[in-house]
Amino acid sequence: MAIPTVALSQQDVKLSREEIQRYSRHLIMPEVGMEGQLKLKRSRVLMIGAGGLGAPLGLYLAAAGVGHLGVLDFDVVDNSNLQRQVTFTTADVGKLKSEAAKARLSALNPSIEIQSYETRLTSENALELFKDYDIIVDGTDNFPTRFLVNDACVLLGKPNVYGSIFRFEGQATVFGYPGGPCYRCLYPEPPPPGLVPSCAEGGVLGVLPGIVGSIQAMETIKLILGAGDPLVGRLLLFDALAMRFRELKLRKNPECPVCGNHPTVTKLIDYEEFCGIRGEETLPMTDGIPEITPKEMKARQDRGDDLFILDVREVHEYQICNLNGKLIPLGELPRRVSELDSSKEMIVHCRSGKRSADAIFFLQKAGFKKLWNLKGGILAWSDEVDPTVPKY
Amino acid sequence: MVVKVMVPTPLRQFTGKQASIECTAATVGEALGHLTSTFGELRKHLFTDDGRLRSFVNVYLNDEDIRFLQKENTQTKDGDTISIVPSIAGGSCRERN
Ligand SMILES: [Zn+2]
Repeated sequence: MAIPTVALSQQDVKLSREEIQRYSRHLIMPEVGMEGQLKLKRSRVLMIGAGGLGAPLGLYLAAAGVGHLGVLDFDVVDNSNLQRQVTFTTADVGKLKSEAAKARLSALNPSIEIQSYETRLTSENALELFKDYDIIVDGTDNFPTRFLVNDACVLLGKPNVYGSIFRFEGQATVFGYPGGPCYRCLYPEPPPPGLVPSCAEGGVLGVLPGIVGSIQAMETIKLILGAGDPLVGRLLLFDALAMRFRELKLRKNPECPVCGNHPTVTKLIDYEEFCGIRGEETLPMTDGIPEITPKEMKARQDRGDDLFILDVREVHEYQICNLNGKLIPLGELPRRVSELDSSKEMIVHCRSGKRSADAIFFLQKAGFKKLWNLKGGILAWSDEVDPTVPKY
Repeated sequence: MVVKVMVPTPLRQFTGKQASIECTAATVGEALGHLTSTFGELRKHLFTDDGRLRSFVNVYLNDEDIRFLQKENTQTKDGDTISIVPSIAGGSCRERN
């Protein structure tokens, strides 16, 4: 594939004496050299998400001398982020990620310009935000934003350096490159909520985003330099457990709804609705699912009521903490349902109440009637009944 | 034809944690049929109720997307690898559930 280089501003820039020293290991490489380093300095890269993928990405792009770095994230640093989001220190807990990342990256390289955006990316602000950047790097954690980033990049003709992770597995590619495929060529539609396990159920090994985010950083820098073969039209799959990289061909789909021959998506849409999760946060799937609060459950147990507790989390979660329930992971429930007694009153719980709602939905179809979903799961139990139960 | 079907991490909970399954199948569709009849819970994750492959699940024969070959009717040969590639969204893994 011929490489049309990313159109950078032609602004006249020079390297200071200090910068020449700083970037000397780049400058002595023919693939970068003074010309490449000045391209880096003139380039503008917007990072969507300052989390796991954003950590190595931000650090390497700042260190490499990308002149203008945008960091968009609305979240705050949480204790449970530190296992993988290596931009942040323990002292950053509670701070805005966009601000904490900006401080860390400025300390690493004071000669670059960093703009933090403490905002959620929306259909209303995406085009306006993206238009000032040459390359968008997608390090988000949810489907609506992934589709939004893709569509906005295609509409503006900007490359989208994509990476995503799950447990031990990662994917990376460059979408939205002139002539190349986009995310919707691969996945025209998002999965319905509930069919793909979320990260909270799945977890992620801390090093994995480090590897995938570094691949994104490398591809971003290659696009700026116009060096090598960009990861366009190829989906890189990484399996950390097997320690194996595989590559699949990605083709531009002539029927793609955004970049195909007859696009049906010509402006940004409502991506929450598109992904079927509009209002999910305020209205969990509780229709027809009877709930019991942790306090009510405790009161009934103290009264000596005969309640059967079913825990539908995974074995390793049970080992972190449990409520002495019988453990049948949600995925095993269909084939182990015979182990349960439908005549007994049963309280089903998980970590936060979502998987247990799915379990109850299933058990209801299997004919169980005396079911309660523990509202808020073991997290709420820890908050409302027994703070010695650790939250995870 | 003996082919190998690679199961991605999110779906391994339905295959008894197995990362790949070997089976005998003349087409990609046959191999997937074999997989979902062995592991019943996998079916709804791969196919819609009317038996079509779900649009957020991509299936590859070696490194080619079967949508650009003969879809499920794509013929296999000995030693082929079939990969199921679902969309995953994780990046920073905000805890939510
Ligand atoms: Zn497309």
